Amino acid sequence: MTLSRGARIGLRIFMLVGLAFIYIPLLVVVVSSFNTSKIFGWPPDGFTTKWWGLAAQNEGVRVALGTSLKAGVGATVIALVLGTMISLALQRYTFFGRDSISFLVILPIALPGIVTGIALNTAIRTVFEPLGIGFGLLTVIIGHSTFCIVVVFNNVIARLRRVSGNLEEASMDLGGSTFQTFRFVTFPALRSALIAGALLAFGLSFDEIVVTTFTAGPGVQTLPLWIFDNLFRPNQAPVVNVVAAFLVVVSVIPIWASQRLAAPEGASVRMP
Amino acid sequence: MTTATVDQRSTVALGPVRRFSAFLYRRPRVRLAGLLSAPLLWLGVLYLGSLFLLLISAFWTTDTFTGDLVRTFTLSNFSDVFTSEVYRAITVRTVGVALAVTLIDVVLAVPMALFMAKVASPRMQRLLVVAILMPLWANYLVKAYAWRGMFANGGVLEWLHLPNPGYGLPATIIVLAYLWLPYMILPVYAGLERLPNSLLEASSDLGAGSGRTIRSVVIPIILPSIIAGTIFTFSLSLGDYIAVQLVGAKTQLIGNAIYANIGAANNLPLAAALAAIPVAIILLYLTLIRRTGALEEL
Repeated sequence: MTLSRGARIGLRIFMLVGLAFIYIPLLVVVVSSFNTSKIFGWPPDGFTTKWWGLAAQNEGVRVALGTSLKAGVGATVIALVLGTMISLALQRYTFFGRDSISFLVILPIALPGIVTGIALNTAIRTVFEPLGIGFGLLTVIIGHSTFCIVVVFNNVIARLRRVSGNLEEASMDLGGSTFQTFRFVTFPALRSALIAGALLAFGLSFDEIVVTTFTAGPGVQTLPLWIFDNLFRPNQAPVVNVVAAFLVVVSVIPIWASQRLAAPEGASVRMP
Repeated sequence: MTTATVDQRSTVALGPVRRFSAFLYRRPRVRLAGLLSAPLLWLGVLYLGSLFLLLISAFWTTDTFTGDLVRTFTLSNFSDVFTSEVYRAITVRTVGVALAVTLIDVVLAVPMALFMAKVASPRMQRLLVVAILMPLWANYLVKAYAWRGMFANGGVLEWLHLPNPGYGLPATIIVLAYLWLPYMILPVYAGLERLPNSLLEASSDLGAGSGRTIRSVVIPIILPSIIAGTIFTFSLSLGDYIAVQLVGAKTQLIGNAIYANIGAANNLPLAAALAAIPVAIILLYLTLIRRTGALEEL
């Protein structure tokens, strides 16, 4: 340790203040969802679980949650397939235009969501609708996968950089076909990176509101869209609070899952 | 000769899948084309195509009576955007907000990441990474909404005896900095973790104090990681229109202007011309930082 005692104490205090900055607002949301009063007030008036019960029975919330889950799963599956394909192409081959493709993958998250949103909105209106694909769940999934590809890509390509292509060549030399090599050599090496990528992609999709606003059909409402719709309705405030608190609490699940499911780095394929 | 016979024999003995696989093995270009086909169709045709369509529609107009698109080439939208005082003010304000948010996040993230990577014990380090990742999973809208209660009259900030700016431009900057902070901490932390401790030791052996080591050794080495983080904080701030609606009172950013034009005003061409502003700024930014190696750090 080479940092001075003073610097270490300073950094520790900074860390604590930073964590307080991050967690106090989230804590306020969770605490407010148990407030007896219908309108926001701090400190809360009293404790009740009434709003949680009310929210659990709310039809709109349930339907929206279902839509969000469906969109998340659809987008994740597409992102997994496409993201893995691009990372294999970019990491295992050299070809003209390689840099441009890696740039293209980053573009959907580098550009503001509203730009991606209205671009897709225009495309759906002018090209998809005449072809019979109108605004609906499918268009939401298409929009979400576009920006989810990059997180799968990032995870998989980082793994591929560390797993040498020699293993694949060895497999082929021993008589493995292209597909057997992918199934028995490449895929196991990628598994934990794919899980991490899938979790991130799902989280990104579950969270998204801007692109969703511009790609969802009139009858399609994801959970963030539901919250936004009800945010400024005073009557719905307690239920919105509960949904918000619920989303804060469930964000622990993917963290827990990624710690449990993903094998420790590099455990699946050990280099001699 | 021998190889030819072996080849022939194996081809005869093998099923179609195996033969296809052998064909792929012999032709890496075909394999590459296969791997690239679907992703390029998606990102190259669908996504870039959509962006292109948006760009084209920036040169169209809307019929003021019917609200239909008039597909004749005109530069009027761009001249509206560039000559209008209002849009210029909005653009300057948005870039200012994005820069302020980026600056705040760098100032907060570097010491936090430094503590995580170089001071905390390994066990504490793992816990802190989880603690930083967790809010990343919490919903964006929920996090912005959480700050309404903080800034409200008689809200949490006042209860904590902290200065309360109320809803407005400063609140917008704080909330955006809050939202994108983890996106800055994580790449900086990853960069610091790769920085060998021996470098810090060498610096201190040569007589540098902590401040000097951080300034002259740590910061220059992790600069690409910091820049990688700024891509998120900067570009995410440029397009935001939701956090502003929640805590910004009457503050208008480019995102709001685009949203208003596509929604209530039903003027897609003008919205498209406005959307060209953040896109141009971000593309310029990405080209500028491309040579620093920051894109590899994402």
